[in-house]
Amino acid sequence: MIDSQSLWIVILGLGLGSFGFRFAFTGIIGSRPMPAWVLRHLRYTAVAVLPALFAPAVVWPSATGGAPDPARLSAAAVTLVIGLWTKNVFAAMFAGGGTLFAMLYLLG
Amino acid sequence: MSFTTTKSAYWKGVRDGGPFVLMIAPFAMLFGVLATEAGLKVYETLVFSIVVIAGAAQFTALQLMAEDVPTLIVLASALAVNLRMAMYSASLTPYIGAAPLWQRALAAYFTVDQTYACALAQYEKAPQMTVPQRMAYFAGTATPVAPFWYGCTLLGALLGAQIPEAWALDFALPITFLALVAPMLRTRAHLVAALVAIITSLLAAGVPYSLGLIIAGLAGMMAGAQVEARQERKQEVPV
Repeated sequence: MIDSQSLWIVILGLGLGSFGFRFAFTGIIGSRPMPAWVLRHLRYTAVAVLPALFAPAVVWPSATGGAPDPARLSAAAVTLVIGLWTKNVFAAMFAGGGTLFAMLYLLG
Repeated sequence: MSFTTTKSAYWKGVRDGGPFVLMIAPFAMLFGVLATEAGLKVYETLVFSIVVIAGAAQFTALQLMAEDVPTLIVLASALAVNLRMAMYSASLTPYIGAAPLWQRALAAYFTVDQTYACALAQYEKAPQMTVPQRMAYFAGTATPVAPFWYGCTLLGALLGAQIPEAWALDFALPITFLALVAPMLRTRAHLVAALVAIITSLLAAGVPYSLGLIIAGLAGMMAGAQVEARQERKQEVPV
């Protein structure tokens, strides 16, 4: 259960921090250029942080008590392959969701 | 396309932002559903979407809070996911940096993946746009996007409790995010960044305070930047 105090800390902190990022350049820094190495690292934040966030949930899902689960592993693999192949977010989501339900049904 | 008035720029923005509603609605609903399933009240879920207005970071925070991760780590990780907003801000600055401060502050609040993508494409396509026209266009793109984000979050939150467990919603998030990230892996550097981050996060799963995520994120970013720098150096070699 999420306690209400830490929830509000997260909501307000995340709101303020995100606004800070969004306002950082248009509002404060103006048009001064950023060092190339900073931009180079910023470019990879999303593709590094998001997969790292969900990799443990794919390999050790909490729904099975942490035991690797063939249905969830194959759903993740199908999502990834379809996403890489079609470059289409929804095609990948539906393929992954379909695989998950099909596998859960087949494996009972 | 040239604009005669700021009004036509605004409506062009509305038309360009409109189709994104199809993408935002299901994500916002999913957030509403998962947030209430995790124990948030309906109004807390809605305030979350209004204050933060950033899907990926909201999902990240939700996932980590449900895993009982310390609050500071939840914040740091979700903020890391939103670091790209600083990049968006940086690349918008040459176009709208001359607008009045209150307009820039409003635009900053409404800077999300969809408004940013529309605006940057339009500004590059039509360099003769005036700053007020650019701001009007930006406001236009946010007009369909933001209300749908709030409204569908609320809808999902209201539906939340009624969804049966057999739907395996625990896995909706990993699938959603894999689907979001896979099309972003356009270059070798992006692929390497993601792979290094995944491997590191699995190896670092036992690190206390869930710092593994931050370590893995940094490792992935550094790997991506390294590959990019190396590719650039290769291209610079005289033939």
